[in-house]
Amino acid sequence: MAVSSAGIPQHWRTIKERYRLLGAHCERCGSNYFPPRNVCPRCRRRGKMAQVEFSGKGKVYSYTVVNASSKAFEQYMPYVVALVELDEGPRVLSQIVDCKPEEVKIGMEVEACFRKIFEQEDGGIISYGFKFRPSDGSWACRETGQRSS
Amino acid sequence: MKDLAWEAGVKAVEEAGISGKDIECIVFGNMSGGLFVGQEHVAALVADFLGLNSVPATRVEAACASGGAAFLQAYMAVASGMYDIVVAGGVEKMTDVGAGQATSILSGAMDYEWEAYFGATFPSVYALMARRYMHEHGLKPETLAKVAVKNHYHGSLNPLAHFRNRITEDEALSSPIVADPLRRYDCCPVSDGAACAILAPLEVARKYTDAPIRVRAVAQASDTLSLLGRGDLCTLRATVKAAGRAFEEANLGREEVDVVEVHDCFTIAELLALEDLGFCKKGEAWKLYDEGQTYVGGKLPVNTDGGLKAGGHAVGATGIKQVVEVVRQLRGEAENGRQVDGAEVGLTHNVGGTGATAVVAILSR
Ligand SMILES: [Zn+2]
Repeated sequence: MAVSSAGIPQHWRTIKERYRLLGAHCERCGSNYFPPRNVCPRCRRRGKMAQVEFSGKGKVYSYTVVNASSKAFEQYMPYVVALVELDEGPRVLSQIVDCKPEEVKIGMEVEACFRKIFEQEDGGIISYGFKFRPSDGSWACRETGQRSS
Repeated sequence: MKDLAWEAGVKAVEEAGISGKDIECIVFGNMSGGLFVGQEHVAALVADFLGLNSVPATRVEAACASGGAAFLQAYMAVASGMYDIVVAGGVEKMTDVGAGQATSILSGAMDYEWEAYFGATFPSVYALMARRYMHEHGLKPETLAKVAVKNHYHGSLNPLAHFRNRITEDEALSSPIVADPLRRYDCCPVSDGAACAILAPLEVARKYTDAPIRVRAVAQASDTLSLLGRGDLCTLRATVKAAGRAFEEANLGREEVDVVEVHDCFTIAELLALEDLGFCKKGEAWKLYDEGQTYVGGKLPVNTDGGLKAGGHAVGATGIKQVVEVVRQLRGEAENGRQVDGAEVGLTHNVGGTGATAVVAILSR
């Protein structure tokens, strides 16, 4: 199956980017890219790419609530999938967590957090990466049972 | 899978009035025989099963646009002068696996590492486009429902459609949510199917028929595999590019097109397609639906075979299935009252993934 049978080498190759939101920055034109690219599509051979770690802060550009998923994600349903526009420009696709699905809106400010993404069946490897949560700190109040004002 | 391809192949050969030994080349679209039924090397299998063992046979894969991409390759094989009679086909056998696994296999048409890995499903990425479109252009859920109702109506007139039941707007609007704002009736089904078309130079085709259908243009374009690098989420740039080239090559205007087959894998995709193909302005496709202009008898009949939604979406076959419907329309052979009066020019639009591939073909009498 497409999602859950990917081997360890395939996961290993993208761990840095998935764990730390590492992208590419073109030193010639200033464009930022995520996922990282080897060549700047604007500058092509003239561009000079360098690694950059994004702040993890951004806004929801679009979102949906998933009610039918592949098997690996069934336990999380219904869950929010969003395109998040990072403050540095690039967009990333991610789940939005630590809030109710109906609280998510276009333009909502969010921040990256590190989470489990899915587990392979039969005790296979566990995949980690970023998810995003509201950056107003409401998730912290929810965890301690307090109400934010 | 081979039985489906065989049935379509034999019918196409019979209808064209050619004999199997006239066939010089086979190009077959198929997205994932390997994951759906454990079978790769699909084109050679089809050639074998059709009893055409020595004929060169190649599979073309471009996800849901595999059929359209195969059509372009077959067109090029004829246009180059290398072959005279070429089969352009497509096949997919999708229902041997369960719904969850089909969802998973289809998610391979997106970017695995940066979309599917994080929990995105195929409906969910189109839902991201739909949500953004609502935000930017004020789309109402009722318009999406109208797309599904129309396609089910056309499907009810097509004996080969997957679904032949008619539905109401209320049924569409109250069906279960798959990926908000898309509901069950916004999504095409998982289908089994095959389709074939025979291509030949015009002078060769005239030996077999008095009324050959002319391929005026076929154009294909690509875009980013994922939605991450798209910029405008409400436009499929590959469709815009392919349509621009196809209309230029055909030397025809949008107003000259009488019937259109577009890639409505989701209802939102049909609206985007009509805008990106240039039939209306961005954000204004809803007007055509409010006025009922996309029905047979309207100004711009769209998906007269029921589209992907009701006609069915056997992914590798879809691009060819669209060509078959347009050929039927241009020959005046569409059954059950779904014939567009005096149709002279038709267009097909086949999309792979979320718009990483688009193929547009223009055909005429
Ligand atoms: Zn650059």
